Amino acid sequence: MNLQEYRRRARTWLEANAQDTEAEGTPDAGGVAAAKAFMARMYDAGYSGISWPGEWGGQGLTQAEERAFAEEAAGFTLPTYVFSIGLGMCGPTLVDLGTPEQKARHLRPLLRGEEIWCQLFSEPGAGSDVAALQTRATPAEDGWTVTGQKVWTSVAQHASHGLLLTRTDVDAPKHKGLSMFIVDMRAPGVTVRPLRDMTGRAHFNEIFFDDVHIPAENLVGQVNDGWSCAVTTLLHERLSISSGVGMGGRRDNPVAFEALRHTADTADPVVRDQLVELHIRSRALALFNERLSQETKAGVFPGARGSAAKLLLAELTMFQADLATSLAGPGAVAYEEGGGRLAEAISLAPAMALGGGTNEIMRNIIGDRVLNLPPEPRVDKNVPFKDLKVNG
Amino acid sequence: MKLVLTEEQRELRGAVRAFLAAASPLPEVRRAVESETGHDPEVYRRLNGELGLAGLVVGEEHGGAGAGYAELALVLEETGAALLPGPFLATALATILLTEVGDKELLPGIAAGTTLVTVALDGGRALNGAEADVVLAIEGPRVLAIRGGDRTPLTTLDITRRQAKVDLGAGEEIASSPEGVARARDLFAVAVAAEQLGVLRASLDAIVGYAKLRVTFGRLIGSYQGVKHRLADMHCKLEQAESIVRYAAWAADEAPDELSSAAALAQAYVGRACFEVARDNLLLHGGIGFTWEHDAHLYYKRAKADEVLLGPPRTHRTRLAGLLEL
Repeated sequence: MNLQEYRRRARTWLEANAQDTEAEGTPDAGGVAAAKAFMARMYDAGYSGISWPGEWGGQGLTQAEERAFAEEAAGFTLPTYVFSIGLGMCGPTLVDLGTPEQKARHLRPLLRGEEIWCQLFSEPGAGSDVAALQTRATPAEDGWTVTGQKVWTSVAQHASHGLLLTRTDVDAPKHKGLSMFIVDMRAPGVTVRPLRDMTGRAHFNEIFFDDVHIPAENLVGQVNDGWSCAVTTLLHERLSISSGVGMGGRRDNPVAFEALRHTADTADPVVRDQLVELHIRSRALALFNERLSQETKAGVFPGARGSAAKLLLAELTMFQADLATSLAGPGAVAYEEGGGRLAEAISLAPAMALGGGTNEIMRNIIGDRVLNLPPEPRVDKNVPFKDLKVNG
Repeated sequence: MKLVLTEEQRELRGAVRAFLAAASPLPEVRRAVESETGHDPEVYRRLNGELGLAGLVVGEEHGGAGAGYAELALVLEETGAALLPGPFLATALATILLTEVGDKELLPGIAAGTTLVTVALDGGRALNGAEADVVLAIEGPRVLAIRGGDRTPLTTLDITRRQAKVDLGAGEEIASSPEGVARARDLFAVAVAAEQLGVLRASLDAIVGYAKLRVTFGRLIGSYQGVKHRLADMHCKLEQAESIVRYAAWAADEAPDELSSAAALAQAYVGRACFEVARDNLLLHGGIGFTWEHDAHLYYKRAKADEVLLGPPRTHRTRLAGLLEL
């Protein structure tokens, strides 16, 4: 089937199946059941795991079909948020690094939405510097015993499985004593607690592991080679953020130019120029993203240049929420006015500059890997982890 | 919309870049601007002869190569990056204007590299106006040609490009076309933005190179986040500026309805970004950047001269507001 025909069929399917769907953010239990039913339909129609290997439940097609479907889906709001961590990060990591048994057991249920996954890397003392994590996995009979705390874990309250990064050797330097595991989120000793963030809602969770048993066959990759596995996952994370996998489309945005031109007082030349600035920044980033996408189609992969797009998106997100609230004036800070959407937007705006790597980390990546600047001297690279200064 | 280069376009850019690196490196630029003409005629003979650039966008019926504005933008990016002295941009603007109003008389001479034509911009100032054979002036929808007449050379901030004040009194009308003149003005904005992209890129390359060589407090300065993060922000400006210039150049050839807003966007974004990056290149060099011998001020001054060449930068933003119907 040629791409145009593929695209046409995808659109037909979306129009028939995704017309009335909605769900932004994490759904409740009823929403999860509906999302699972939608995901099963999407899988059975052949639109989940489009470019994943056929032998593990994928469709075995190319990035071209994957992209075509994503472009068609952008006009709809798909209820796929609870699957986004599994589809964007955990699943692709298992495709790359999992054992045949792990792939056979986990990938098809993940793609069909039967099992929800979360990712367990960040800790209270290890955010940007994730290799400083302290959750310990110690050898036990038939496997490992895990104790520690994770944080910023999306969809964990609905997850049956997690991809967990732990420390297995404190005598090795920080990057050389980590191991990755698949963890059963319903196992005894796993506690999931919602984390109330600055929006007043719980987009994330904290997870506590108290002597949790993990079977030996759940190791991903090699013992103490967890860092290179984590790099694979993080690469998939950045790609999934920039391509919007599983995020669904947004039909309207109260802080974007198209909304503000109708709500702001454009008779005021100061307001007009502020809107022009927003237009310039929005167009500049949109054209950069379009160029990266055209380069990718032509076989030139963006690599670390994607970090520039992520940094610019974070800055634009902050700028437009800041501008929209300033233009609206006193009403912007009352949740009773305009559905509280501006207060919501300014509360949520910092998230883009923090999640998936802070703006400062993005600038380090651009400097080190795009401009090839000399690295910052490091005091933590070759020191045994137990001798290193870490957050208490 | 097409934002990536074709194989042929990459070859053209590579050829121009290699030629300018060999024939007009910065020490040669400095030597040429001190000369009587302010540029090296031999470099122009070869640019026009070996590379055929004088008639790049002149139609084949007038002896040109009939290439698109996307190709002209690529060449201007390279002449900008090299700070090529002399009338290259002046000729490009004149070619655009004459092409858009359907001239038949002057284009063959431009394509042959025998007639030097420039355009008088606001206030009767014209790039390379003293040495031009013909100065074009725009009066409403009319295009006037001035041969001879009073030309007063100006002492310019940007020493790599001369300007003169031209007495527009003796002009003779050669064309009248409201649409042609309007399109030409948009294309001027795209052409200058392409040059600005080159100046921006060369400024960033210069400071990235220096950050890998210069040592302070026992470390290469590029390893400090105080420097690295600013270079990262400059890189983001380059990525966006390049995307906008490719888009505006594409619109110039393929999407006439989008040209005006693309051109205003290009001047509003790229003009500012170019000056900011040229400024930060100079500042991050430290004291050496403030010396006459160092090249940072050449880019800085070209960036400022280009930013105001087509009018105060606010005019592009006001134009954009109008086009967006704000």
